[in-house]
Amino acid sequence: MASIAIRGVKKNYAKTAVVHGVDLDFASGEFVVILGPSGCGKSTLLRMIAGLEEISEGTIAIDGTVVNKLEPRERGCAMVFQNYALYPHMSVAQNIGYSLKVAGVPAAERNQRIQAVARTLELEHLLDRKPMALSGGQRQRVAMGRAMIREPKVFLFDEPLSNLDAKLRVQMRSEIRKLHRRLDATSVFVTHDQVEAMTLADRLVVMNGGRVEQVGTPAEVYSRPASRFVATFVGAPAMNILEGTVELDGLSLPGGSRRLAMPRAGLPVGTKVAMGIRPEAVRLVAPGTSGALSATVDLVEELGAGRVIYVDLDGAPFSVMTSEAVHAEPGSTVGLKISPEDMHFFSSETGSRLDVFKASVPEPAL
Amino acid sequence: MVERTPFLNFFTHLILFAGFIFCVAPFAIVAIAASHNLRDVNDVPMSLLPGSDFWVNIKTAWVTADLGPKLLNSFIMAFGVAAGKVIVSALTAFSIVYFRYPGRMLIFWLIFITLMLPLEVRIVPTYAVVANVLEPYQTILDLTGISWLIEKVSGVQVSLSLGLLNSYSGLILPLVATATGTFLYRQFFLTVPDELTEAARMDGAGPLRFFIDVLLPLSRNNMAALGTIMFLWAWNQYLWPLLITTDQSHAMAVTELKQLIPNVGGAPEWHIAMAGTLIIMLPPLFVVVLMQRWFVRGLIATEK
Repeated sequence: MASIAIRGVKKNYAKTAVVHGVDLDFASGEFVVILGPSGCGKSTLLRMIAGLEEISEGTIAIDGTVVNKLEPRERGCAMVFQNYALYPHMSVAQNIGYSLKVAGVPAAERNQRIQAVARTLELEHLLDRKPMALSGGQRQRVAMGRAMIREPKVFLFDEPLSNLDAKLRVQMRSEIRKLHRRLDATSVFVTHDQVEAMTLADRLVVMNGGRVEQVGTPAEVYSRPASRFVATFVGAPAMNILEGTVELDGLSLPGGSRRLAMPRAGLPVGTKVAMGIRPEAVRLVAPGTSGALSATVDLVEELGAGRVIYVDLDGAPFSVMTSEAVHAEPGSTVGLKISPEDMHFFSSETGSRLDVFKASVPEPAL
Repeated sequence: MVERTPFLNFFTHLILFAGFIFCVAPFAIVAIAASHNLRDVNDVPMSLLPGSDFWVNIKTAWVTADLGPKLLNSFIMAFGVAAGKVIVSALTAFSIVYFRYPGRMLIFWLIFITLMLPLEVRIVPTYAVVANVLEPYQTILDLTGISWLIEKVSGVQVSLSLGLLNSYSGLILPLVATATGTFLYRQFFLTVPDELTEAARMDGAGPLRFFIDVLLPLSRNNMAALGTIMFLWAWNQYLWPLLITTDQSHAMAVTELKQLIPNVGGAPEWHIAMAGTLIIMLPPLFVVVLMQRWFVRGLIATEK
């Protein structure tokens, strides 16, 4: 168990900056997920914690010790790689026990610990096999065993599930979660998959373009996204964004006389804002209902439990998710009802969140 | 595109068979000639049915050319070259691929350029160096005036000399110093995924540990292929051993074969020459058969 403190960490490759000053604190025993699109610097940050990349600026401390100059082996971190990186010529047992062998642990103790890890991961019957003879999920488990056997203070996961098929991914996700509960080591998990991120995280770090956009519990990030980027990145289908201007009688949408009722607070008249609304918060009503927007249906995606209806709202794409059985033929007109309390507002210029009714919304329950 | 029709099958087999005959015929003729007696082997045309004197000829060849110690010499040299090559090239390629240091590319290109300068091209300077390995250093000392200085101060005349003529080291070392192996290893190391290196670092393995525990076992096939090629190449060396071994005790089998070839005016004992050839051909043949499986794998594909 160890806490991690990241202070003003930057990473430059030659002249390009990849990570622009990140400050983060991970508590001991916490499961932190770093989420972001590819190229946002999340893997680089993880590799800097591991010691595989040099830190250009700033410090990273594990348990209060600054580790900038320490070799990976001295940091007490273990890492699970995206492609597992198992040694192809070694058996499962040798793969798992390699770090102990390097550390000079006597063979008897080594075998005992390999057995213990194998039991936890249900790999006992595979110990003599070579990685080539294993399935994807089994290789994944061996990679985790290799990390576990060192009893590290910190577990680092670099997109470890992205090479698995959908079913295995769900299964491994819950196994990782269970394992974390049992081992209680601080874990940092990097992924671009938001479902993975939401389900695994105690705390979620959303990154974009080498900067941290938001830190919070999955529920916080979902219900109060700190920026337009987070709002559209977290949640599927993505949040709808409508550009508009604040008027006395509500939000005026571009292209005409449409007005949307909005919460009466905070924003001065004339402010240009981006209004966000989650597809699952929009209600479908009969066209012409008062206070509803009317739109033309483009496409209906059937999901089984619900359906996503893509509509055209004065030329802007807009999506609605509903669990009700609605008959919406492409080309027909529907009414969209948006409640003011479901709206999110972001600055049109900076993309950051504008809080319009701070007082009226209770803190999300955890 | 794979097409299977009876006619094409027959035709491809025909080509294959022709190629086979083409390759094997010379060996067969050597073996048959080695089994004739003096009269039969000089018949024109020579009978292609084997004679009965095979073992007699083999024995004569063995005794006349004193092949025992020479085969041993050849073996020591070929093995030395193959082993030296495998070890040195693995280490140099490891350094070039896995470490970042100034002049790395320059060093790589210097090594690479030796591919264009085979031993035959630089045989005179190589001979000079082997005759006195310390000669270049002596020259440096002389030119910079250091040897003059030492002589003035201490009265000792500096004269460095270490000759390798007529020695195994002299036979082996110049043949080890070429780039083929380094290049082969470099290409292989480049295909080893970076994550493996990183995993080893996370597991606490230092560079040498990683080299020995991970890279070497992974490059088994490459080693076998390189070792085989180098063994054959060194075994078949003619010019270099001929040049630097004046002493019979270091003579090579291949160069000594010449003793069995009939001189002008001597009896045309081609059957003995062929028997000797057959003996000298056997060890490399044996190595190829033994290493064949590894060898092919090492040259074709990288295991994933």
